[in-house]
Amino acid sequence: MSINVNPAQTYEPIFYVADEHEHPEGASTMLGFWIYLMSDCLIFAILFATFGVLGGNYAAGPAPKDLFDLSQAALNTSMLLLSSITYGFAMLSMQNSRVGATQAWLAITGLFGLAFLGIEISEFAHMIHEGATPERSAFLSSFFTLVGTHGLHVTFGLIWMVTLMTQVWRFGLIEANRRRLMCLSMFWHFLDVVWIGVFTFVYLMGMLR
Amino acid sequence: MSANTHSVHGAGGHAAAHAEVTLSGYLTGFGLSVVLTAVPFWLVMTGALGDKQLTAFVIMAFAAVQIVVHMIYFLHMNTASENGWTMMALIFTIIMVVIAMTGSLWVMHHLNLNMMPTHNMNGMR
Repeated sequence: MSINVNPAQTYEPIFYVADEHEHPEGASTMLGFWIYLMSDCLIFAILFATFGVLGGNYAAGPAPKDLFDLSQAALNTSMLLLSSITYGFAMLSMQNSRVGATQAWLAITGLFGLAFLGIEISEFAHMIHEGATPERSAFLSSFFTLVGTHGLHVTFGLIWMVTLMTQVWRFGLIEANRRRLMCLSMFWHFLDVVWIGVFTFVYLMGMLR
Repeated sequence: MSANTHSVHGAGGHAAAHAEVTLSGYLTGFGLSVVLTAVPFWLVMTGALGDKQLTAFVIMAFAAVQIVVHMIYFLHMNTASENGWTMMALIFTIIMVVIAMTGSLWVMHHLNLNMMPTHNMNGMR
């Protein structure tokens, strides 16, 4: 039972009273938004898992081969991929502080996004017209939930894009707008990443079943 | 010491975390993505590989590579941004996704097998 307390080593207690230093406004926004995207990723993971479990249950209804048109899916995929690169061009223009070019590329991105949505909605309308409604089979329920959730994300991305274009038009490429555009950039590219999963697992694998 | 870290932190330490985006980066990513998208579609549309199982594995591999390409060239993922916290969040998410996906598919597959109508019900009489 020997605790060596050397009197020579008992120095004055040091108190750290320094406050949390000031962070510039929005310093944690990018990390926070990334964590939001990761949580969104979990939503899609569960929807993919659901589709993986239920995707083969046709209930004697239409199967992917009867419903999907791969050339249409390819067209849709290219729309989203093109919108990704045009958003990249918007970010490059933003980096060079060119307001007009940024706005133009954002508008082009929005048009590609709209084209994607239009093709998807017409595909859904065509399926529903043929009787392949979400309540027809477990396969169709999970299909509409997964692809519809992605489409809903694209819709909100487009609304956000219009909002930011208005912001940039009103206030220019101020620091806050740059940060917002970077967040939307992450969101938009993230949706393209999810779409890779959709066209691979839903469309291509569906045709292979 | 504390004054030192403070100044490093304040002097654009955060802003500098967002690396410059480059045209060549975006074009490389786009070029790779086009190839990585076109090949799976071509494989499935033409049935070039013949075997469906093999085609499925190949297109899944292409998807995995394309996701990594998008992460690097479009989402600008690297181990340095935000002091590595984005990478930590990503790794955590990937672990959760893998557990959720493989767990669901595994459990439900076995459940499906066990719920199949048995071929021979004689033993049940």
